[in-house]
Amino acid sequence: MTFLFYIFAAIAVIGGIGVVVYKNPVSSAFAMILSFLGLAAIFIQLDAYLVGILQILVYAGAIMVLFLFIIMLMDVKEEEGKTFKFGAIVGAVLVVGGFTGALVKVLMESKIGNETIPALAEGGKSDVHEIGELLFSTYWFPIQIIGVLLLVATVGVILLSRKELK
Amino acid sequence: METELTLNHFLFVSGLLFAIGLAGVLLRRNLIVIFMCLELMLSAANLSLVAFSRFNTTDGVPNYDGQVLLFFIITVAAAEVAVGLAIIVALFRSRETTDVSDVTSMKG
Repeated sequence: MTFLFYIFAAIAVIGGIGVVVYKNPVSSAFAMILSFLGLAAIFIQLDAYLVGILQILVYAGAIMVLFLFIIMLMDVKEEEGKTFKFGAIVGAVLVVGGFTGALVKVLMESKIGNETIPALAEGGKSDVHEIGELLFSTYWFPIQIIGVLLLVATVGVILLSRKELK
Repeated sequence: METELTLNHFLFVSGLLFAIGLAGVLLRRNLIVIFMCLELMLSAANLSLVAFSRFNTTDGVPNYDGQVLLFFIITVAAAEVAVGLAIIVALFRSRETTDVSDVTSMKG
């Protein structure tokens, strides 16, 4: 269990690093898919089956296909010869180093962080059942709003991608 | 020797992915790659939500509120990607570029 977690975490993190360091956007997109697959495996390890499958279907499937489609449609060239600007590197190292340092400090000092995974009840309802029930009872209003949001996004995308913007 | 997985393990991976995404947003010049790094940061936040949901188990039932929130985040992210990419395509049509350092007309 622990061994598998380290493998999946390594896949997710290496994929993430790949997104940042690859010069070619297509390679970045594939590294991103690798990262999402690692994340989905960690979700499933946390007994969140529905969310893990959604991560693969929606992120690794739909969203990344959309990205690849746009990259190939626009024929984006490799950023050849372009090295990172010095100021950007210093800024990134400072921000990321500071963030990681703060994270390690908080995690070292937190008491709840040392909890181990609690056991699940035998023969309980599946997570799909529980999430479905919550979505259509407690969260009935947000899901209506999400429906409207998706409609607005669809109309907006059609309007934005017309030949001449008015 | 097997050490038990703790909440810290998951939160650390989540924070690390968030930091990598942030570094990508700060370092890269290509708009599409910057957008992918934003998605990476969203996913990192998702990992925190699932971890907290699983570790907040009462009577053997995880707290599913976190996973419902994640469901909403995934939906909003999908809508955001669609609109964002449409804007990038519109920008590419008018400027023939996806490099952020070429799009500076709003710079004071």
